[in-house]
Amino acid sequence: MKELTCIVCPRGCRLTIDDDLKVTGNSCPRGAEYAVNEMTNPKRMITSFMRVKNRENCVVSVKTSTSIPKRMIFQVMEEINKVGVNAPTNIGDIAIKNVLGTGADIVITKNVK
Amino acid sequence: MIKRDLVIIGGGSAGMAAAIEAKKNGIDDILILEKDGVLGGILNQCIHNGFGLTEFKEELTGPEYLSRFVKQVEELGIEYKLNSLVLDITENKCVTYSNEKDGVVIVEAKAIIFATGCYERSPGAIQLAGDRCSGIITAGTAQKYLNIHGYLVGKRIVILGSGDIGLIMARRMTLEGAKVLCVSEIMPYSNGLNRNIAQCLNDYDIPLYLSRSVLRVEGKSGRVEKVVLAAVDDKMKFIPGTEMEFECDTLLLSVGLIPYVSLLDKLHCEMSSTRGAKVNDQLMTSIPGVFACGNCLHVHDVVDFVTDEGRDAGRGAANYIKGLSEKKKHILVKPGNGVGYVIPQFIETDLNNDITFKFRVRRPVKNVFVNFKSGDALIHKVVKPVLIPSEMVMIKLNKDKLAGLPLDEIEVSLEER
Amino acid sequence: MYMLDVVIIGAGVSGAFIARKLARYELNVALFERENDVGDITSNANSAIVHSGYDPVPHTLKALLNVRGNAMFDQIADELDVHFNRCGSLTVAVSDEQMAMLYDLEKRSHENGVEVRILSADEVKKMEPHISQEAKGALLAPTAGVVDPFNLVVHAVENAVDNGVELHLSEPVIDIVDKGEYFLVKTPKGEYESKVVINAAGLYSDKIASMIEDIDWHLIPRKGEYFVLDHYEVGLVNHTIFPLPSAKGKGVLVSMTSSNNYIVGPSSEPIDDVEDFATDSFTLGEIRRQATELVPDIPFNQVIRVFSGIRPTSTRHDFIIEPAKTNKRFINVAGIESPGLVSSPAIAEYVFENYVSKLFNLVEKKNFNPRIKKYHHLNEMSVEERNAAIKENPEFGTIICSCEKVSLGEIKELLDRSVPPHSVKGVKRRCRAGFGKCQGGFCSPMVTLILAKHYGVSPLDITWDRKPILEEEVKKI
Repeated sequence: MKELTCIVCPRGCRLTIDDDLKVTGNSCPRGAEYAVNEMTNPKRMITSFMRVKNRENCVVSVKTSTSIPKRMIFQVMEEINKVGVNAPTNIGDIAIKNVLGTGADIVITKNVK
Repeated sequence: MIKRDLVIIGGGSAGMAAAIEAKKNGIDDILILEKDGVLGGILNQCIHNGFGLTEFKEELTGPEYLSRFVKQVEELGIEYKLNSLVLDITENKCVTYSNEKDGVVIVEAKAIIFATGCYERSPGAIQLAGDRCSGIITAGTAQKYLNIHGYLVGKRIVILGSGDIGLIMARRMTLEGAKVLCVSEIMPYSNGLNRNIAQCLNDYDIPLYLSRSVLRVEGKSGRVEKVVLAAVDDKMKFIPGTEMEFECDTLLLSVGLIPYVSLLDKLHCEMSSTRGAKVNDQLMTSIPGVFACGNCLHVHDVVDFVTDEGRDAGRGAANYIKGLSEKKKHILVKPGNGVGYVIPQFIETDLNNDITFKFRVRRPVKNVFVNFKSGDALIHKVVKPVLIPSEMVMIKLNKDKLAGLPLDEIEVSLEER
Repeated sequence: MYMLDVVIIGAGVSGAFIARKLARYELNVALFERENDVGDITSNANSAIVHSGYDPVPHTLKALLNVRGNAMFDQIADELDVHFNRCGSLTVAVSDEQMAMLYDLEKRSHENGVEVRILSADEVKKMEPHISQEAKGALLAPTAGVVDPFNLVVHAVENAVDNGVELHLSEPVIDIVDKGEYFLVKTPKGEYESKVVINAAGLYSDKIASMIEDIDWHLIPRKGEYFVLDHYEVGLVNHTIFPLPSAKGKGVLVSMTSSNNYIVGPSSEPIDDVEDFATDSFTLGEIRRQATELVPDIPFNQVIRVFSGIRPTSTRHDFIIEPAKTNKRFINVAGIESPGLVSSPAIAEYVFENYVSKLFNLVEKKNFNPRIKKYHHLNEMSVEERNAAIKENPEFGTIICSCEKVSLGEIKELLDRSVPPHSVKGVKRRCRAGFGKCQGGFCSPMVTLILAKHYGVSPLDITWDRKPILEEEVKKI
């Protein structure tokens, strides 16, 4: 039996999950899914930014297109840190495809003209 | 003098939603005045995800969320001016703004919506003890330096206050290479959302110390060198012998947000304990035709609710401009036992079928009734398993329930079950 | 190396006015300041009151120079373009015993040549609706005022520099050697020869004086802590409100400032360490308690800043303005505590008339200009004037500080002056960007970038005060 705070939405439900992966305390199916993942393969979205190479003092925000394994957060950050992009950028542009084989892309989240 | 139907001060989440809704309600002559160089307000620097779950049923980052509203503003042809700060407003709804291109311009509006957001409580405002040196900075300012300009304000960080921006910044700075030593909260409970404690602190093994605050900051060299925390008792007095010292270069403050409405002070607008204006069911302040919504009315924890409130204000202003919002009554709404504030503070029209009461509890409670009473008459009762101050509560009431009240007054209070 | 005529050590308010006074004459004058800005320590952190002069013991230098300095302020404020408001002060008695003391003060005022009047309780309450109901009466000193202490110093130095004085910032004097005919003044950046040295080094004036001889006085620095309140609805107080003075000083005052903020303080505690500017909750609580005895409903939820200043009180308890015992060309200007700010222009005259003028055959400069170049104060302009200014320079239309409504044009204008700011605090002190509710939360990143661009440096090099604000450029390409 483990207690968790759900991070799926701002409600932050207090979940409990037992050894048979039975979840209580959730208000939606996504909460149950989160709890099961958290016990088996915890995953997180990460957000950061990249430098825009062809603009002065300019950065552009990015995110992982889906959750990545929690243990790989800092490895993925290193990949993001290595890369710069060129403006113009559009929301949804892919900066890194399938980062470190996680299946997640690093996606731009801001339009820079 | 230039005349406009509706002037909206602030082009962030609240202002854009208000503009879009007013337009959809038949107001064509709208002007948004935005002080920054882009629309979107503070969401531009909130590059983390978690926005839009109510609004779009998906999880977006701040810039993604705001871009959807910018698109609508553009598509609807709503006029906005950037880098345009409002200098003054008068009781007869003349708005003076300034920018590089137009100079100083006075616009006479039929209605004005304040959507000016909030500001962060400063080190001076909490009378932070110790040296006043580099390295003491509010979390939102650090967020701007990092997410907009690409600079870290420090490498070894102590955070005072467990407000959401502080928690979000703990994670952001950790990801970008800083060491966050701890978060200290003077209250016995956190002021941030539970999910942010889980995903911003627990994920990165950042300790949260409750009932502890900064005893003093040491930084004689001109930069923070050490932060000393100490435990506080239930009267917020420091307990000797509980000091904890942290060698660090930065103290980040996340100690509260305050509605940014200094222009209203001058107008002698009735103000609430939220430090925003008092408003009626149309979100109109005590000055006829002047409306307020979003974080300049009361500080929200979820942007989707800001957007929703912006829409309410947009509709309210449209009703006013169209001459529909005649005051039919004056029911006073006041906070009772356990409740910090309630919005709206007055009910004056019959225009809404449902009225959403928004409030915050003063301290965490479990298993309570939320009672809506008028004098001795109980008009509505809701059971709530958990209520915490960091989460705004919203309860909708049908207008029929407000008919024939014994007193022109409603009190919202908590009762133990 | 050329021979300087006068080296002034310390660009606080005394050094600034001495420099400005000497700038009228054909003299080579250099002003040395250890900090990166002028008026940065004691002159930066005080009550900013232009005292009337009712309080100093008659016939002391404090009494003489306070009263003389006060009379000079209208002209100074005009020439130096500094906010100054002769709002008057009220020293309020809250007991019959204190009323008796007021009559003694009245007598002292007359001895000092200061115009005062005793007000009845009713008169006081009419003038000051927020005053304590306990008020029994007050001493009104109509000549007292409030001044912008930051620009007073900045503009005085600017005027001196515009008239030929050399300013050396971030250059502490580390040694002085008496070479007989001249002094060798050493700093980390170089050595300078000067015929005359004026020691106006504030909290360090005892150390500087000791560089050439043993001194028979020393400093007992005293710390004073304060609250600053936001622009509150006008009328919390309309005068500077003092309690009765005591052995510790003039006590905790409540005053409007020259910018319509309110200031409450100071405490007065002797300290050992002249660099200990920390504030503490206990002292602030005590100030609050004392202040509310005079003005019960001070809105402390409007506090935007707390700060402390350190006053260089001397063991003589009067200003020390005299040559060194062993060398008449070394002039000490020390122990300039309250009422130093108001006295400073008179101190400069006193130093000039009694000492400097006797050491040189002085010729007045033909082209001396006592006025500083015009600043644009957009918030004081009519809409028409403002638009004319924006037409000339569109940057006056872009507001950077939304609390105090300071434009990009006004910030950039500072950078082109002869005593420009180098730090974010320097900008704040001059044009009030960052002085409001949010205390620079919104505008300080922009100010940092403006400074970096102007000086052609990385934002990492821009300081708040002495040390940088930013630690690292992330993901630098």
